[in-house]
Amino acid sequence: MAKLLMKGNEAIAEAAIRGGCRYFFGYPITPQNELPEYMSVRLGEVGGVFLQAESEIGAINMVYGAAASGARAMTSSSSPGIALKQEGISYICAAQLPCVIVNISRGGPGLGGIQPAQSDYFQATRGGGNGDYRLIVYAPANLQEAVDITLEAFDISEKYRVPVFIAGDGMIGQMMEPVEIPEGFVSQSAEKDWTTTGTKGQRAPNIINTLYLDPLKLEEHNIKLDNVYKLIEANETRYEADSLEDCDVVCAAYGMTSRIARSSIKIAASSGVKVGMLRPVSLWPFPYGAFDKINPKAKGILCAEMSMGQMLDDVKIGSKGRWPIHFYGRSGGMVPTPDEIAEQLIKIAEGKSV
Amino acid sequence: MSIIYERTNGLTKTSTHYCPGCTHGLVHKLVGECLVELGVLGEAIGVAPVGCGVMAYNYFNCDMQQSAHGRAPAVATGIKRVLPDKVVFTYQGDGDLASIGTNEIIHAAHRGEKITTIFVNNAIYGMTGGQMAPTTLIGQRTTTSKSGRTVEHSGSPIRVSEMLATLDGARFIERVAVNNPVNVRRAKRAIKRAFETQLAGEGFAMVEVLSSCPTNWGMEPLDALKWLKENMIPYYPLGNLRNWGV
Repeated sequence: MAKLLMKGNEAIAEAAIRGGCRYFFGYPITPQNELPEYMSVRLGEVGGVFLQAESEIGAINMVYGAAASGARAMTSSSSPGIALKQEGISYICAAQLPCVIVNISRGGPGLGGIQPAQSDYFQATRGGGNGDYRLIVYAPANLQEAVDITLEAFDISEKYRVPVFIAGDGMIGQMMEPVEIPEGFVSQSAEKDWTTTGTKGQRAPNIINTLYLDPLKLEEHNIKLDNVYKLIEANETRYEADSLEDCDVVCAAYGMTSRIARSSIKIAASSGVKVGMLRPVSLWPFPYGAFDKINPKAKGILCAEMSMGQMLDDVKIGSKGRWPIHFYGRSGGMVPTPDEIAEQLIKIAEGKSV
Repeated sequence: MSIIYERTNGLTKTSTHYCPGCTHGLVHKLVGECLVELGVLGEAIGVAPVGCGVMAYNYFNCDMQQSAHGRAPAVATGIKRVLPDKVVFTYQGDGDLASIGTNEIIHAAHRGEKITTIFVNNAIYGMTGGQMAPTTLIGQRTTTSKSGRTVEHSGSPIRVSEMLATLDGARFIERVAVNNPVNVRRAKRAIKRAFETQLAGEGFAMVEVLSSCPTNWGMEPLDALKWLKENMIPYYPLGNLRNWGV
């Protein structure tokens, strides 16, 4: 099919609908507003429901109710709004409800700014809510990848009964790129015998619950959840790797920063420095195993982010002390230039401290 | 021999965790009876709150969801928008609905969500051990107002029914009490009407049930009912505030 020139927020919304989303609950916040605006038009056309909630808290709890009733429900927001959803996300994970959550993130902390940032990595991968839970977190680096991930998101979420969280930054949401959204995508809906749809007097009540007052029962529940998370780690870890085996230096970056870093790698190559690229696509589960492919003699790893250093923790865990770890980040909505990152890569290759 | 009274099929056979003399069990029974009498038990989906009613999911004999503190109306909104032909209700206490959940209840009413809310007001936080609620009366002693609530410190108690009755989307609002048999019968009539409001597709419906908490009020059950009559009803007058089609 022909490619369409679309804005990221709208491309994600359309892909979600083609992936089966029929219920969207959201609240206005920049820079994700085109996503709910698009949903408000399109969901009506496909027999779904768009509802603007009273708050992000309201929206995520509407997703809880809708998902527990068997629907494919979604919400989107941006950083401070995602912060407000954390209580609901914890409950959704505890109740094992499939859904899709999109963060078109902006600079923080606090109200921060409205320019793109990657400073919600901890929030997405470490859990802003309470308890032992995980989210499947995908970070697309371009709009086609955002579309492809979103198309599959409900299938993956229903397969494990764990929310899929799409971590896009403000640039992914606001930029326009040609995308292909295949009509022929066939969803693999999971069987759901646990939903609350009314007993009709023909079965025992289904109960969606997150309260376990007996500590032994709660521990059993947490072990059950953890077993699912282990399965996800085994099956759903995604990353892109280039030239890790024979590089002088590795650049670890995700999302939009990884695209900038690709230009930096070319700049470094013109100075004779061979840079390998490790780009996590799933931030959780994080591709720790990919580090084993890195040239043992590489001079170091540069972690580049639009934050003060958050994925950096996972890079350190993955490297297991085998290489020196360096960091370069811009934050608050500032975007690193290809030259800035290239300069760091070249310095590492030359053995200079960064 | 004819059966003149039996346990309603609207409730499961699970024994409740409620304290002796607590009126939650009675209110559960009224809700269960109404669902059965309206023939909608098999179509019903309830949402339990956080607070004393949290384990209501074990007591109502229908599909149930347990929600975060105060969020039951938002959860119920999600359910009803997906399943518009089902009967969706929330069961919430005054800490849940009148304090942490004011935003959710106001906007469910404001949107005219076709859900039914049973709001049990006992003027105190029960589950957490008797702290002051927004509904706690002036002078009432609680574990966080040990000398009695004062207007200067905490303001005057919130009258939720009157507040929600100002919203066009709220099509049925009534305050009842369960302190004597006459009022219990009136409470049941109001609860039934609140479900009929939903079945008619009219909009949001809520019944506020003045209820007793002997344990945290520090009273014998009968004294608690007397205290309810002499203190709560004068401040929270019983009666209908909104009724569609009347």
